[in-house]
Amino acid sequence: MTAPTAAGCAAPDQAAPLPAGIDLEKETVITGVVHSGQGEAVPGAYVRLLDSTGEFTAEVVTSPAGQFRFFAAPGTWTLRALSRHGNGDVAVTAGRGITEVTLTVAD
Amino acid sequence: MSRDTALVSADWAEKNLDAPGVVFVEVDEDTSAYDTGHIAGAIKLDWKTDLQDPIRRDFVNKSQFEALLSERGISNDDTVILYGGNNNWFAAYAYWYFKLYGHGDVKLLDGGRKKWELDARPLVKDAVTRPATQYVASEPDNSIRAFRDEVVAAIGTKNLVDVRSPDEYAGRLLAPAHLPQEQAQRGGHIPTAISVPWSKAANEDGTFKSDDELRKLYGEAGLDDGKETIAYCRIGERSSHSWFVLQELLGHRNVKNYDGSWTEYGSLIGVPIALGDEPGEA
Repeated sequence: MTAPTAAGCAAPDQAAPLPAGIDLEKETVITGVVHSGQGEAVPGAYVRLLDSTGEFTAEVVTSPAGQFRFFAAPGTWTLRALSRHGNGDVAVTAGRGITEVTLTVAD
Repeated sequence: MSRDTALVSADWAEKNLDAPGVVFVEVDEDTSAYDTGHIAGAIKLDWKTDLQDPIRRDFVNKSQFEALLSERGISNDDTVILYGGNNNWFAAYAYWYFKLYGHGDVKLLDGGRKKWELDARPLVKDAVTRPATQYVASEPDNSIRAFRDEVVAAIGTKNLVDVRSPDEYAGRLLAPAHLPQEQAQRGGHIPTAISVPWSKAANEDGTFKSDDELRKLYGEAGLDDGKETIAYCRIGERSSHSWFVLQELLGHRNVKNYDGSWTEYGSLIGVPIALGDEPGEA
């Protein structure tokens, strides 16, 4: 499994390929990596997708490389991560296709 | 039922890992999670391969449930403590099965795997085997299970509680947002169903909210205590979580889980569907 690269210059993620048959013309994929304050990937973090009103929509656990992925809809979302290293939030505006996000957790 | 009989805390669980007659059982949405580490002594039930009929769209029948629990080493008089990932969705689903088949003493671990992990409590990878038993299940208690015809008949008469996310309720999404969205069925909700997302009953760490908070939640959403209630979601696991809250924590009577849920209802020919954020008319 390749380690994730820094935010903003990540190559397409090879460690967690999209399932076969996913149509990116139709799906709104929000994906990314949870980092600690020291910039290390955080595996086993709980990432929550909250809708524009702050209501819970979905939750996943990050992979060994700290990755997460949601199938959402176009619009504004908040991602919130909970981990033993602390918690963190980031706002995201997503459209169809893939939107990549970096989420940092801190004590 | 009440919180004292239906729920145990992580502290209680950690102190009772080796208690005689107590069996911990992990049930996850991600069925590989158990193998990455589980509570010491816990066995695994796979909600897909163990709890569903392999051919028909239905869950295991009485004899299949008996064979499963016998093979995994669960006795009728064991105290079964269920826990799992994703805020106990599938642990609550399994809890509902145990109740449906008449198991005497079954409880959920409050917060499930998430709270256990966030608390940094120990997980182990040891293989767990238990001696086989002769488990005997009761006939299914269909007073806690709703089927499609009674769901259609309940429109405008009983409490229908849609526990999916607001976007699924409105028809903007067809599945929870960690799953792909392409599905055969139509989007929307059963007319007159109120929207009370399962997540409103849980704290961020996966534990259940207090009884007072839960009563307020359903009261403000317009749930009429004097009527029967049917809860549904997409495939019946999140609504097991809400069924657990209403019947097992708050002690409501006549609460049913509609396990066919939206994947069945949204595929039926000719039934009414409401779109948008309002319950709609009967």
